[in-house]
Amino acid sequence: MMRFLLLFSRQGKLRLQKWYTPLSEREKKKIIRDMTTMVLARQPRTCNFLHWKDLKIIYKRYASLYFCLGVESEENELLGLEVIHRYVELLDKYFGNVCELDIIFNFEKAYFILDEFLMSGEIQETSKQTINRCIENSDMLQEDYNNEWYEVELFG
Amino acid sequence: MSDVVEKTLTALPSLLSLDSQPGSAKLSSTSKLGALIRGITELTSKHEEEKLIQRELASLKDQVSSPNTSMRQMKEAMVRAIYCEMLGYEASFSYIHAIKLAQQGSILDKRVGYLAVTLFLNENHEFVLTCYDYKHIIPIIIYCVYDTCNTPLVEEKLNHPKEIIRRKAVLALYKFYLIAPNQVQHIHNRFRKALCDKDPGVMFASLHIYLQMIKGYKDLTASFVTILKQVVSGKLPMDFNYHSVPAPWLQIQLLRILSILGKNDQSTSEIMYDVLDESLKRAEINHNITYAILYECVKCIYTIYPKTDLLEKAAKCIGNFVLSSKINLKYLGLKALTYVVQQDPKLALQHQMTIIECLDHPDVIIKRETLELLFRITNAQNITVIVEKMLEFLHQSKDDHTTIDLVGKVAEIAEKYPLQTMNTVFSLGGDMIQPDIPNSFLKLLSEGFESEEENKKLRLFAVDSYILLLEGETRNLPQRFLQVISWVLGEYSHLRNDLDPARVMTLLTKLLEMRQTSSETKTWVLMAMTKLCSGEASVSIARSVCEDLSSSMDTVQRQRAHELLLLSQDRALRSQLLPLCSDPEPLEVDSSLSFLDAFVSEALAAGAAPYKPPHQRQEELAQQKALSLEPYELSLPINMSSSCVTGRQSPTLMSVSSGLSGDSAELSHKGGSTTLKLEGVKRVWGREGYLSKKEPVEEVAQAEIPSPLSSPNQHTGASGTSSNTHPPIPTPEPEQEKQQLASSLFVGLGSQSSLCLVRADIYALHVAVFQYSLSVIRPVVHFEVMGMLSYQSSHKSHEVEFTYKLPLTNFIRPFTVSTEQYGAMWLAFSNDTKQNLNLVTDGQDSLTDTLNVLKGKLNLHIVEIIGMEGIVACRLAQDQPCLLHCHIHAGTLAVWLRSPVPDLPDSLLYHCQRALEGT
Repeated sequence: MMRFLLLFSRQGKLRLQKWYTPLSEREKKKIIRDMTTMVLARQPRTCNFLHWKDLKIIYKRYASLYFCLGVESEENELLGLEVIHRYVELLDKYFGNVCELDIIFNFEKAYFILDEFLMSGEIQETSKQTINRCIENSDMLQEDYNNEWYEVELFG
Repeated sequence: MSDVVEKTLTALPSLLSLDSQPGSAKLSSTSKLGALIRGITELTSKHEEEKLIQRELASLKDQVSSPNTSMRQMKEAMVRAIYCEMLGYEASFSYIHAIKLAQQGSILDKRVGYLAVTLFLNENHEFVLTCYDYKHIIPIIIYCVYDTCNTPLVEEKLNHPKEIIRRKAVLALYKFYLIAPNQVQHIHNRFRKALCDKDPGVMFASLHIYLQMIKGYKDLTASFVTILKQVVSGKLPMDFNYHSVPAPWLQIQLLRILSILGKNDQSTSEIMYDVLDESLKRAEINHNITYAILYECVKCIYTIYPKTDLLEKAAKCIGNFVLSSKINLKYLGLKALTYVVQQDPKLALQHQMTIIECLDHPDVIIKRETLELLFRITNAQNITVIVEKMLEFLHQSKDDHTTIDLVGKVAEIAEKYPLQTMNTVFSLGGDMIQPDIPNSFLKLLSEGFESEEENKKLRLFAVDSYILLLEGETRNLPQRFLQVISWVLGEYSHLRNDLDPARVMTLLTKLLEMRQTSSETKTWVLMAMTKLCSGEASVSIARSVCEDLSSSMDTVQRQRAHELLLLSQDRALRSQLLPLCSDPEPLEVDSSLSFLDAFVSEALAAGAAPYKPPHQRQEELAQQKALSLEPYELSLPINMSSSCVTGRQSPTLMSVSSGLSGDSAELSHKGGSTTLKLEGVKRVWGREGYLSKKEPVEEVAQAEIPSPLSSPNQHTGASGTSSNTHPPIPTPEPEQEKQQLASSLFVGLGSQSSLCLVRADIYALHVAVFQYSLSVIRPVVHFEVMGMLSYQSSHKSHEVEFTYKLPLTNFIRPFTVSTEQYGAMWLAFSNDTKQNLNLVTDGQDSLTDTLNVLKGKLNLHIVEIIGMEGIVACRLAQDQPCLLHCHIHAGTLAVWLRSPVPDLPDSLLYHCQRALEGT
């Protein structure tokens, strides 16, 4: 089971956080601090796994962004890497050549995609097509809604 | 009206952005969130950021609490609040509004509201969410609340026509199950329905629950096997593929379930053998995801009831991981090995060289995983090396959790092998360990714990185990360990009342007599003896020790011996100086040695030269090169150290000397420019004279058979030549070191190991046999073989000089000839020598007795004894003979030796003399 997913920049700035177990704010802050320092200190050509307390940390860097996944120690590390990779693929498909700025300015979208992909710390849906369809559907809703609302306001 | 304007303004940008890129809502550059983000990036200090955010939060607070704020504005405000929280600033005022938004807004507003709620709150938070609506609600409820959420509602969703809803409902129930297993017990049949759902996604979701409570569902094994079979053979829709691998997550989930089902259950395991074999076969594509599946497959195969050919395939699979150049795969390979070696330790043997490499890997994570693996294969024989490696790692580790974990493991090992504990922990790393480790141990022993009873127990245990150790083979114990042993015995043997001090003394004497014992250790031993020496037997042992050492070249030893002698005779002084129950009060050390001032000034007045520190002396020495004073170099530092090794409670002080004195041989190598450099210089003169006939042998660990001497006729070359009939095959040194490490780590695993690996004791011993043949031109009394052994340990290279003395008698064989043959040869041999030797006179026939002694000791053949004359013959191995003619003359044995080999009669005569001297 996954415990948390963090996205942070090379400067250690948090870009997205998702927690699958209840934690206090203090605990969260500690984890974020530990993760950024540990992951950013890693040398090149080392493996993508770390130990933190009783958890396994799986991290991977995509361009300027680090994806850092905390899983329970009996989990399969390679599978964790693929979870990260699939999430990146999903973001990429949605934003089209995704970059850090997309995630900064549209972080709620990044959350929505993540919520379609993972649920309660487990994989919910792995298909790129299905997830993308879900997100696009709700975007379409938003579009209709915006248009509708706009008209109402104009004529109201 | 202003409200309307504002709404319009905020709506416009998003409209514009939608125009350009429908579906991929690119950022509207003028949105409030955009402005906030840009504002933050322009700031230079944390302080400024804080100010800006506080301002932002204040305005947000106004906005959300205003009744005029529309849901849409609320949604936008919520996104900004989320952003502020992500930056680490609390926006608790918005929590209630997030819940309101989730309750009241349109579908899209709700969605943002739920997102905010999940990020802001959790199930432990006092805020409780009690709403539900449409599909997005269910997943979100489960993140934040569980106790008030009614399962019937979610249950209802299990029948929803849309598969995505059913899937989310199942996952929601899974979460409920994790939180409160009892509350969902009544709907187990629902899970079974989910498992049989026509949509594979729902089925997959139900597996999460089954994995948690699978033990009760043995009857489902066949179903799971069927599902896995279908997945593996690609029967699922393409949607489930991930990089053209069919539903990897589903496969892995099923493999985990199967491994739980098949554990310790032969009949259940048998059902799944086929599908596991199929899974191994199918996972061929070189992609991380296939390796992830393979890993689970291997784990499953090793968990369930074993099947030989599957195990073989799995083992091969692990090989692919371990040998991979990709570091992530290597890591997983080590993990798999760690899991597997518990069943089959031999697998570790197969990969021993890779494991050794990983042990030195620059990535600490790999190192750590390797230690984990080693921990699993610890046995009585490799425990020392493994614990040593673990402690090495501990030294470098900065992470608390790792440290705690590893220390726990070391302790666990120690518990498993109590007999070795002491040896291991204190003899770790041999003499390479830092001096403070034994020192702090001794300190611990002497200062002890709070309970006096515990202290006594620990000390007694130490005494007992060390006595046991000393009674065994002591040659391989590191010097530092011996020092610890002597100190403990000196200090605490009196605790064991039934232990005779003389017995301990005898054991310690053994240490003194050992060649390997360094002079520093000897001083520790002597100190211990001084403490122990009570009772007549001990005093007499002490006396004999002192006699031996009184002529020692080492001044410290001599001083200690002298002290021992004096104190053993003066009981009162001894008990005053070295009280038995010393309280561990710290000694005060006068490092300026001011108490010697009077003595020094007196000496100076008497004309002594003023003291010069060693470095100054060295400089002066370098300047006056004409005078070579090298030999004194060794004794000076040793002398200095002697002054501080007197106190009874002085383990830490003792160590002061360790840096200075130590093995003299070692010093001569380290000595730097002022000492004689002997490396690479061929030694020509030895104790017995000219050594030109022997050549230093490069590497000899064990000479199997003394090489036969060849006749001088066959080797008439210049003296000093030798023929290496078996040149050693050169092995690169680092490689050899690894081999050695491997042999000490993997000892005791599997049967084939016994051939190539040697049992590792306190030290990692590796025996290499090199066979050399040396030809000797002329016989001498003793043949001295010298050599240099260089080896590497812990990245330091060491050189050890060794000598091996072979007496001529080793090569003497009886020569069986008749009296006639003897007579013929006698006249032909030209090299002869004559001398009178002692007679054995205690028997009736002194000639026969004497010759029998010679026969027994030197391996000669008595040809004939006629009256007062006897003739004796021998030969050098299978080669040249030597004849002896003996007769009794004036109470002595007149011996006349003849041989075709020059020097042989003289050398043999020496041995005859020695043989008869002892009688």
